Amino acid sequence: MGTEYSITETLDVKGESCPMPVVKAKKAFDGLEEGDVLEVLATDPGAFPDFEAWANRVEAVEILEQIERQNGETVYVNVVEKVVVE
Amino acid sequence: MSTDAPAADGDAGSEPTMADQIEELREELAEVKAAVGDDQKRMVIISTKGTLDMAYPPLILASTAAAFGWDVTIFHTFWGLDILHKEKTKGLKLSAVGNPSLPMPNLLAAIPGMDSMATRMMKSRIEKNKTATIQELIDVCLESGVELQACQMTQDLMGYGEDDFIDGVTVGVGAATAIDRMADADVQLLV
Repeated sequence: MGTEYSITETLDVKGESCPMPVVKAKKAFDGLEEGDVLEVLATDPGAFPDFEAWANRVEAVEILEQIERQNGETVYVNVVEKVVVE
Repeated sequence: MSTDAPAADGDAGSEPTMADQIEELREELAEVKAAVGDDQKRMVIISTKGTLDMAYPPLILASTAAAFGWDVTIFHTFWGLDILHKEKTKGLKLSAVGNPSLPMPNLLAAIPGMDSMATRMMKSRIEKNKTATIQELIDVCLESGVELQACQMTQDLMGYGEDDFIDGVTVGVGAATAIDRMADADVQLLV
């Protein structure tokens, strides 16, 4: 995708399983301003489809990138922006 | 609701003009829009089971739907009440009998102590996998505005008093309340 963005906040939910990654992301999201970018680091293999589903249902959530990083363990990085809702 | 004939305020007997008809349709559309209301999504779950495994799905779905910004109600009835019970919620057990997914035949599962053993196995897995506990999920639900309701009739049937429930639980509601919520909900589930 090669999107340019700067990360406002990083949320580490490595090791946590459903529903906590999305639940905690929402909590962090509430504290952000429009245009801010949240990076969520998860090891839950369900994180990608779940974050897609979250973004699909919540207008203010837009996925900028989903990157899989190998770092001893697989980390599913979800980069989401808080966008302006009309 | 406006049911006035357009002719009433014009000259009696004449056909309503196109402008009058358009105006009337506008008003009706506004009323319909107001009735259909907002885009607020709603979910209602009826939670009837008090075993450890059956306590999870309603709480997981509710906390997730709340993260979606949905308005969520869980109506607890029968053994579902145990999930909200201050003491019993700490001791929810897995049932070994009638659960063919457990690695023990039913004949053995019926032996006293087997439920506790199965529960201990599950709890150690929950801890190892860092799965949220029932208590954590209840906290998340209450924090995120999920309404946890306790059915009055079954509360009486089980001999539970208002003070037996976790703080934040809505007590003293019945089937009519559940149906009222379900009628406006986009998702309704019985667990």
